[in-house]
Amino acid sequence: MSETWIHILIIVCVLLGMVTIAAGLIYVERRMLAVWQERYGPNRVGPFGIFQVMADMVKIFFKEDWIPGFVDRKVFIVAPTIIMITTLLSFAIVPFAPGIVVANLNVGILFFLAMSSLGAYTIVLAGWASNNKYSLIGGLRGAAQMISYEVFMGLSLMGVVILAGSFNMTDIVMAQKGMWNVVPQFIGFVIFFIAGLAETHRLPFDIPEAESELIAGFHSEYSGMKFGMFFVGEYLGITLVSAMTTVLFFGGWLGPSFLPPIVWFLIKMFAFILVFVLLRASLPRPRYDQLMSWGWKILLPLALLNLLVTGAIVLYNQ
Amino acid sequence: MTTTDNDIISELKNKFGEAILMAQPTKDEFPTVWVDAAHIAEVLKYLKNEISRPYKMLYDLTAIDEQAKVHKVHQDSKFTIVYLLLSFDRNNFIRIKVPLSSDKPSVTSITKIWPAANWYEREVYDMFGVNFEGHPHLRRILMPGTWKGHPLQKCHPARATEMGPFQLPEDKQDEEQDMLKFKPEEWGLSKSNNDEEFMFLNLGPQHPGTHGVLRLVLQLDGESIVNVVPDIGFHHRGAEKMGERQSWHTYIPYTDRVEYLGGVMNNFPYVMCVEKLAGIQIPDRAKVIRIMLSELFRISSHLVWYGTFAQDLGMMTPVFLTFYDREKLFGIVEAITGDRMHPNWFRIGGVAQDLPNGWEKMVKDFLDYFPKRLKEYDKMVMRNNIFKARTVGIGVYTTEEAIEWGVTGAGLRATGFEWDFRKKQPYSGYEQFEFDIPTAQNGDCYDRAVVRVEEMRQSLRIIKQCLDNMPEGPYKSDHPATTPPIKKYTMIHIETLINHFLNVTWGPVIPAGEAFVGVEATKGHNGYYLTSDGSTGSYRTRIRTPSFPHMQFVPEISKGYTIADLLAILGSVDYVLSDVDR
Repeated sequence: MSETWIHILIIVCVLLGMVTIAAGLIYVERRMLAVWQERYGPNRVGPFGIFQVMADMVKIFFKEDWIPGFVDRKVFIVAPTIIMITTLLSFAIVPFAPGIVVANLNVGILFFLAMSSLGAYTIVLAGWASNNKYSLIGGLRGAAQMISYEVFMGLSLMGVVILAGSFNMTDIVMAQKGMWNVVPQFIGFVIFFIAGLAETHRLPFDIPEAESELIAGFHSEYSGMKFGMFFVGEYLGITLVSAMTTVLFFGGWLGPSFLPPIVWFLIKMFAFILVFVLLRASLPRPRYDQLMSWGWKILLPLALLNLLVTGAIVLYNQ
Repeated sequence: MTTTDNDIISELKNKFGEAILMAQPTKDEFPTVWVDAAHIAEVLKYLKNEISRPYKMLYDLTAIDEQAKVHKVHQDSKFTIVYLLLSFDRNNFIRIKVPLSSDKPSVTSITKIWPAANWYEREVYDMFGVNFEGHPHLRRILMPGTWKGHPLQKCHPARATEMGPFQLPEDKQDEEQDMLKFKPEEWGLSKSNNDEEFMFLNLGPQHPGTHGVLRLVLQLDGESIVNVVPDIGFHHRGAEKMGERQSWHTYIPYTDRVEYLGGVMNNFPYVMCVEKLAGIQIPDRAKVIRIMLSELFRISSHLVWYGTFAQDLGMMTPVFLTFYDREKLFGIVEAITGDRMHPNWFRIGGVAQDLPNGWEKMVKDFLDYFPKRLKEYDKMVMRNNIFKARTVGIGVYTTEEAIEWGVTGAGLRATGFEWDFRKKQPYSGYEQFEFDIPTAQNGDCYDRAVVRVEEMRQSLRIIKQCLDNMPEGPYKSDHPATTPPIKKYTMIHIETLINHFLNVTWGPVIPAGEAFVGVEATKGHNGYYLTSDGSTGSYRTRIRTPSFPHMQFVPEISKGYTIADLLAILGSVDYVLSDVDR
């Protein structure tokens, strides 16, 4: 009985925690960008502007939920929910600390990959349903980008799986007790992080929305809370990729014992989130075809090579 | 300017005989020839292709409605078409005028000689109702397609109050909207090739990447651009028409807004042109002050370009940093002139006020501060590999193409052609300053950026020299046409008082004549061609802006690239819509 309750408590905490973090990131990002760009950022609502997110939320909930007349209504409504659902579901397999995991699946990584593949639908469907040329171009770009980066993402993780001998996330964390995976799997880490950027389509991989080219790309026609879902979905994606990087390559909750495991986890995760923000502040956007050829011609062979070498070394050591 | 001025006129007379009607002396001393309308194409072809040291660039093409003029040069002309050609070999202009005396004026199109004439002729048609025979697509360019009348004709009202209240009933609204619909057939574009249909994408007039109200219709094959049709005129404010109803003095604020990033740089050619017409000599201090302010604005304008160009390529941060620096510049400009973006501070005969106490320190602080920032930007933008991948080899054109299409400024210098009007035809004392003309070799987006970044460094050098060598003396000439006149003697000397009273109330009377003065402005060569009919206002104000031909050139350099590249090209061209539309 009590175990069930604890489990439900964990589910609720993870769900609320992640959504809160994602929403809070809006503030964090705006503030950090401002710091790097010699301006103030939001600083009016509450001390240091920390209630800005709440103000934004109130605003966005009260906005007219408008659906343009020319769109494919049903798909238009469904599209933004997909990203929210798939990303939130992915958090189910993330072990935040010993025992704090929603679903300790033995195919954890595969579940994560499956969910992120489904996430691609959100862009494709939104772009298609909007019945707008800019959205369509954005959707096409997004589909191509996400499908190709999916491949390297999967491959880059296989090295980790080989080292741990398991798809289970908790096992992978435990396998890093001696040494974090980032050392033997450095190439895998780099590729995973790049693919993660592409999955969340953040600058420099924001090609599906490419503000200066496509206005807002696939979500040009969205407003109100439907737009809000894309927005929060993006931040959820950042949180997810940062959490996964922490778990897979940086030892998850592992760390010196003067801090509780969950704190170590959060510190690492936030460090990666800040890297995301920093990247956005500093890099330009490559062209769509450059991004694709870079992926297929450089990242894919590298990921394969990494997998091959890791496998060979593991076999040799046995 | 050179001794060959009269040679070219006699050469034309020998060659074409009767077709050359007469030569006209002008205040700018450009050789000016009236040519019979029937022979204009041959004469221009000869000047472009056959003559030694040819006039390769069609620098400007405009018209004058002569019907209300008192001091006529050609008695029968109702409309005069004015061609201004530039020879780089001679380092001189030639002005060709064609009198049209019919009520339905018509002249041969020269689009076959210069493709760049296309938009200019459309503009003349739009503004004056002059027909161009053989023009591939003669339709309105700046005014809406539904407009009645031709605004720059003297009979067209200049004020909204003269036109009756504006109404937009539903049928008129439909008509207006229908006029904005893009019909590919009208532009000779096919809807599909053999295999697939093209997509026609309407980029703008409201689009974050076009930097203003510019509409580009793209014919797309997938994401690659087959053709681009620019639709301009959304920013048209009738700046030239306003020149005809303002006094010489009260027109200065309008010039500020023609290229709204350039500030006083726009006052510069205008006041110099009026001064040339009136024969005013400017004291040295005013000259150097003008140069210093102009160079400050050149940096300011380039900073806006730098930041927004990076932003077009998806870089978020530079635009905030460059605007921060621009704010520092505006601090200086504000301390000196009292205003930031549009100081309206040059005056006919000098500048509005003397420099304030302590200006040296502000300028010096900026000179110390800014080079470090430029280095930082180099690291952040110019040396960024993704930035390079996006700009190197994109939007390439050669020097010949640039000249053919009337490209000036950084866009011309980026093709390896060292041509800066500050050096080649120095004005306001630029010949006394030491600076280099930055050039680059490939004529692509990256090289245009390289040239502009280096130009900022050269501007700093010029400002440094202004700071070190600011001459003492008056900031305003004591010529009677100087506006507002020096007040020192007004209370003790009746003639000065009368002059002061007239100049302040009516404005100065400028003797009849015409002149063109151009400056190396922020976007390219910007010039004013003023015709005075001996009154308190301009008879015809022609503003030759660099962005207009640059925008016309955009389709030529974007074919075959993708949408993303188009944005890089637009950013690298560095236009301002107010400068295109006027």
